[in-house]
Amino acid sequence: MNSSRLPAAEFEVEEVVRATHPVDPDRPEPGVTALQVLAPDGTMARGLSARIAGEQVDFSPYLAVDDADHLRSLYRDMFLIRRFDQESTALQRQGQLALWVPLTGQEAAQIGSGRALAPQDYAFPTYREHGVALTRGVELSEILRLFRGVTNGGWDPRERNFHLYTLVLAAQSLHAVGYAMGLQRDQLADPSLPPGASVAYFGDGASSEGDVHESMVFAASFNAPVVFFCQNNQWAISVPSSVQAKVPLAQRAEGYGFPGVRVDGNDVVAVEAVTRWALEHARSGRGPVLIEAYTYRMSAHTTADDPTKYRLSQDEQEWQPRDPLARLETYLRSAGLADDAFFDGLGAEAATMATDLRRAVLAMTSPDLADRFAAVYAEPHPLIQEELRFFQQYEAGFADEGKHA
Amino acid sequence: MATMTIARAINEGLRASLENDPKTLLMGEDIGELGGVYRVTDGLKKDFGALRVVDSPLAESGIIGTAIGLALRGYRPICEIQFDGFVFPGFNQITTQLAKLRTRSDGMLSAPVVIRIPYGGGIGSVEHHSESPEALFAHTAGLRIITPSNAQDAYWMIQQAVTCEDPVIVFEPKRRYWLKGEVDTSAPAGDPFAAHVLRSGTDATIVAYGPLVPVALAAAAAAEEDGRSVEVIDLRSISPIDFDTVTESVTRTGRLIVAHEAPTFGGIGGEIAARISERAFLSLEAPVIRVGGFHMPYPVARVEEQYLPDIDRILEALDRAFAY
Repeated sequence: MNSSRLPAAEFEVEEVVRATHPVDPDRPEPGVTALQVLAPDGTMARGLSARIAGEQVDFSPYLAVDDADHLRSLYRDMFLIRRFDQESTALQRQGQLALWVPLTGQEAAQIGSGRALAPQDYAFPTYREHGVALTRGVELSEILRLFRGVTNGGWDPRERNFHLYTLVLAAQSLHAVGYAMGLQRDQLADPSLPPGASVAYFGDGASSEGDVHESMVFAASFNAPVVFFCQNNQWAISVPSSVQAKVPLAQRAEGYGFPGVRVDGNDVVAVEAVTRWALEHARSGRGPVLIEAYTYRMSAHTTADDPTKYRLSQDEQEWQPRDPLARLETYLRSAGLADDAFFDGLGAEAATMATDLRRAVLAMTSPDLADRFAAVYAEPHPLIQEELRFFQQYEAGFADEGKHA
Repeated sequence: MATMTIARAINEGLRASLENDPKTLLMGEDIGELGGVYRVTDGLKKDFGALRVVDSPLAESGIIGTAIGLALRGYRPICEIQFDGFVFPGFNQITTQLAKLRTRSDGMLSAPVVIRIPYGGGIGSVEHHSESPEALFAHTAGLRIITPSNAQDAYWMIQQAVTCEDPVIVFEPKRRYWLKGEVDTSAPAGDPFAAHVLRSGTDATIVAYGPLVPVALAAAAAAEEDGRSVEVIDLRSISPIDFDTVTESVTRTGRLIVAHEAPTFGGIGGEIAARISERAFLSLEAPVIRVGGFHMPYPVARVEEQYLPDIDRILEALDRAFAY
């Protein structure tokens, strides 16, 4: 690694991002430090420390700055998931998916936090965590099963330690806390188990929901090993984060009695380090942590959304230079860690992935409604049995006509 | 055989569940030191500790939501909601999350969470303390709903709810908490989702559940004095409903009265009336008649006796049925 290009060690950032939005430009969100090591210009700090909840925390042991393979793999994950996002958007536009929820702009927040998780940790996503899914080993085509409309799930959550997407905002934050309480009890019953933590993913919009509040109350009350990972992408569909929160979201943690930290959500290296620290904090019995990954949703909320109706292109232009992929590419190139061959190879890999993905989506067949009866209850249920019999007989009545064949 | 109140029977049932499976735990508001506002969990924290009997923060969504997370980790949480009218902050977690977990996971995940809700009126309390919201939950697929009406059922049905792989809501008839009955703690329990014929008759059938079962039995006894032989069925399970037992009875008696405290409009009684009309139309001598609450929020305590179905309201319904 060419360390001569790097700033001095023990780098403590000033304010790196200040939120503004076109609705109320006279009342910007109060400035607050977002932890960063990889700057938008592609320069990398070698260390990071900050005061969190009154304590000086050194994140340096968690930074992957000296591991070239690791940095390249972080870039690869971000690159692939962005390509996945583009392909999925195209599939929706072509009528192959009912809806798509883009993640472009949030790759660093998701890949960085997801890669920080240990195998025994369990993540509870909302519906945009495609990058986290990738880091948990979920087949990307499995994610599209939900959006294709062939299932409401798509993968085995227990196998991946990655829960199903939750479309009701914030509901999963409580599940994460309950799961963490279970991990805590398991650990008490069998101290030889590797300590684990759960992660509750949610957005700035969801932070207004009561369930996020209750989940933080419960987490604090029971000292649950849970990390709340809020991706503040600035917009809850059309409502800016300033309408949701009058103080920086990370500062809310203080009111619940646990640490809150704002990290530059477009800096994959910092996000990973901060999340590793938070997970270790939680696993070691020191209780929950709230991470606010300060980022920007570069695309629409979903493919049903039209951001041109509510936000200025100037806003998007301001965030463009902070692109999480571009800055890591700049660093990798300038530090001599990756060359054209690496990036060209990645482009080819992504193209193949997109082709495979498209093929997999088109091959997804509709489920049999009769099978859906079996998944409502675990134990036999007379009403289900009666309605299934009716449905099958009704369908069979069309067999001769070939209508429903 | 031991004689105990319904509240005591549930307490003993919970104790047995906690003893039988170390993964079970109780969660709720004031259930620990206080033993619950109705003392149903009295003494359990002392014997099983704060990890098994959890005094939760005052947040119903939090109780249900964290219980779902615990269930995902292999635990069997038994949640107490303090009063029927306070379940609604947890309604979202129950209906959009708990009920749907199995379907959403294509059958891979189960949510064996039990939710105990004291319900119904007749206790002279203030608003939100006397409601009967069972139909709101019964309409949601994925949930099971049971309601014991006597100590024997109270002891066993709570234990069966705990071992069920599906989420179960146990509506406990709070004005009957102090009703005493014989409990055979050694008898193996039958199907908690099956209706029980409590009294045989040949001229009409009354279906009731929970707090109205003693009222239905008393009405049937009064009707006997008028020379009418009335069968009484304790429904026991509101989801699923044991339509076979009701159909069999109505096929013999030809008349059906369904009685519950909840408002009749959109209620369980309407569902039973519709199903029985489909299944036993030619056996019916009269339309199915519903006896229940009116289409108003639960009234103030001073007039709740006029609101609640009593013996006379059921007898009046029987008169109407026999007039056809």
